[in-house]
Amino acid sequence: MKRTIFAALSAALLATGAIADEMKLAVTTSFHNSGLSDILLPRIKEDTGIEVQLLVVGTGQAIKLGEAGDVDAILVHSRKAEDGFLAGGFGTHRREIMYNDFVFIGPSTDAAHVAEAESAANALARIMTAQAPFVSRGDDSGTHKKELSLWAAAEIAPEGAWYKAVGAGMGAALNTAAGLDAYIMADRASWLNFGNKGNLALLYAGDPILFNQYAYLPVNPDKHEHVETELAAKLEAWLVSDTAKALINDYKINGETLFVFNAK
Amino acid sequence: MEIWSGITEAFWLLVTLDADLVEITLRSLYVTLTALVIASAIALPLGALLAVRRFRARRITIAVLNALMGLPPVVVGLIVYVLLSRSGPFGVLGLLFTPTAMIIAQVIIIVPLIASIAHQALRELWSDYHDLLISMNTTQAQRVQALLWDGRRALLTASLAGFGRAIGEVGAIMVVGGNIDHHTRVLTTAIALETGKGEFALALGLGFVLIAMAIAVNLAIHVIGRTERGGRW
Amino acid sequence: MSNLFPVTLEGATLRRSGKVLVGPVNLELRAKGVTVVIGPNGAGKTSLLRMMHGIARLGGGSIRWACPPEEARAHQAFVFQQPIMMRRSVLGNLTYPLRLTGTSWSEARDRATQAATEVGLADMLDRPAPYLSGGERQKLALARALITRPELLFLDEPCASLDGRATREIEEILTRAAAAGTRLIMSTHDMGQARRLATEVLFLMNGNIHEHSSAEMFFGGSASPQAQAFLKGDIVE
Repeated sequence: MKRTIFAALSAALLATGAIADEMKLAVTTSFHNSGLSDILLPRIKEDTGIEVQLLVVGTGQAIKLGEAGDVDAILVHSRKAEDGFLAGGFGTHRREIMYNDFVFIGPSTDAAHVAEAESAANALARIMTAQAPFVSRGDDSGTHKKELSLWAAAEIAPEGAWYKAVGAGMGAALNTAAGLDAYIMADRASWLNFGNKGNLALLYAGDPILFNQYAYLPVNPDKHEHVETELAAKLEAWLVSDTAKALINDYKINGETLFVFNAK
Repeated sequence: MEIWSGITEAFWLLVTLDADLVEITLRSLYVTLTALVIASAIALPLGALLAVRRFRARRITIAVLNALMGLPPVVVGLIVYVLLSRSGPFGVLGLLFTPTAMIIAQVIIIVPLIASIAHQALRELWSDYHDLLISMNTTQAQRVQALLWDGRRALLTASLAGFGRAIGEVGAIMVVGGNIDHHTRVLTTAIALETGKGEFALALGLGFVLIAMAIAVNLAIHVIGRTERGGRW
Repeated sequence: MSNLFPVTLEGATLRRSGKVLVGPVNLELRAKGVTVVIGPNGAGKTSLLRMMHGIARLGGGSIRWACPPEEARAHQAFVFQQPIMMRRSVLGNLTYPLRLTGTSWSEARDRATQAATEVGLADMLDRPAPYLSGGERQKLALARALITRPELLFLDEPCASLDGRATREIEEILTRAAAAGTRLIMSTHDMGQARRLATEVLFLMNGNIHEHSSAEMFFGGSASPQAQAFLKGDIVE
């Protein structure tokens, strides 16, 4: 017991000093909330000696952190934002790692009959027609951008009292949806790991448009010379390795696979 | 129901002395106590100086301090973030997302609070002492010293108010600390995280631990200061 | 040792928000004796003492000591009508003025113990000063004022709210201090006390010095009609 305290104390006190190889990685809430990071990080430490410090933020903020040089690499899922990041010269390149999918969650009573939808666009149309409450992340995150692109694809302008942009992370948005008995779009991983499901249920999934590609982008050392380029490269090599492949593909919650490894 | 499971959770975390809990609790204490010591070293003499000295910017300083007391921590966090960011003026120090950054933010948050309360308390003491200390030909510094020493009990209250605000603060340290596991995660950011995950019982449990710790620190400081002895002392 | 006296006041005036509290005062005081300031309530006794000591800023005229003003201030002390107790022990109160001027802690403690013994507070050294009785407080204030061995001590009605026994103890201390060479300037409304202690008298009326004479002359019947009336207990204006 004394040991635990001592170890923890010294960890807390020494946390500022660099003990091992440390790098900072900005990741999206959905990635972290899935619980996958808890599986990957210890193995990364074991295999490469790198201590990856996660900054769990929305895609919008992750991109900002990368642009400012406050992190060494980012792991996000919003193609458009990633392309902009690369075009601005802030990243060296983009490496696809894995994907999961988005799902539609809603009250189990399903007044809008989303469960019978034929496509993602159709599901959104049903919600709009029923004027059923819908919670949007509204925080410029990858999930939020994806949701907006789906509304655009369905040619619906989401506005009105039923459309509630909460400006919060995935978990907080899910909490809000649970409280309001509202519909919401979430990534499957966050949903499965979510502890406060209440009356909510998974109503629709499977449209290929809902696939959610995660990509790894190291920050460009030409812009910020202090970034840990070597460590970022080492981490990338690990992320596309067979070890990572097995860990990612085998990660399950309640028997359900969450992520599909697709790095090339 | 949720409250009950929160209490149970807190109880189990405590009796099993959960390693993660111990770690983040100690880090919370480390960050906040360090911030408190630094902030007190700035704010208490400042409060005394405001009581003792009649300078031109005094009223404005007091007004600004009072206004800053209500400053939302997240704004402080954002300012510190922008300053410490690699692209900011102090970026070379590499302090962003470290406990040091969290300490800086908390110092900024609680200095106005402590200084303001200290000033209120010492103003009264100064009106008692004014004639005597002037008569004794004291220097400005000696007056400040006398007020700080003889007003130490009231100042302890001021500091504890600062501690209370800092230990329970989440907005600023989330932004500048980043809530990195084993690095900058403290009780409040862990609570925010678990709430985000919908793990209300665990979040509540951590909340109860936070409350218990705040009470323990208050009691400990009072006992150490033996301030409960003898009314006005 | 510096010499403060003679001190000369020329047109010295004290104002508060435009109103003259005392003055213009023209006065010269010499090095010896006990000056007692008397006069009706509101005559300006307290204001005169505060002005001379320098706690109240001079509104006009001048006060000239025989030495530079900073040096003069350093050799004065003031005992207030309501003794101001610092929130520390009796010992802490007594050592404070010594520590201000850099006396070592052990010497300060020895002198404080000595001073406490002289005023009969020796067994109360560790007691919080704010908890003392009225008489004990004033004795402590007196000891604290005398501990730096000032050349000049101002006292503003030091026995105003004290009983007979405490008053007698205070007077004994004052008599000893005067005998040891401390110059006293003290206001009082107790004519008995004035007779017992004074070597010279300042009689104040309406913020001005009405009469400045030796105690013998003043109490011996050659005072002005107003002063005579005041001594008899008549209301004078």
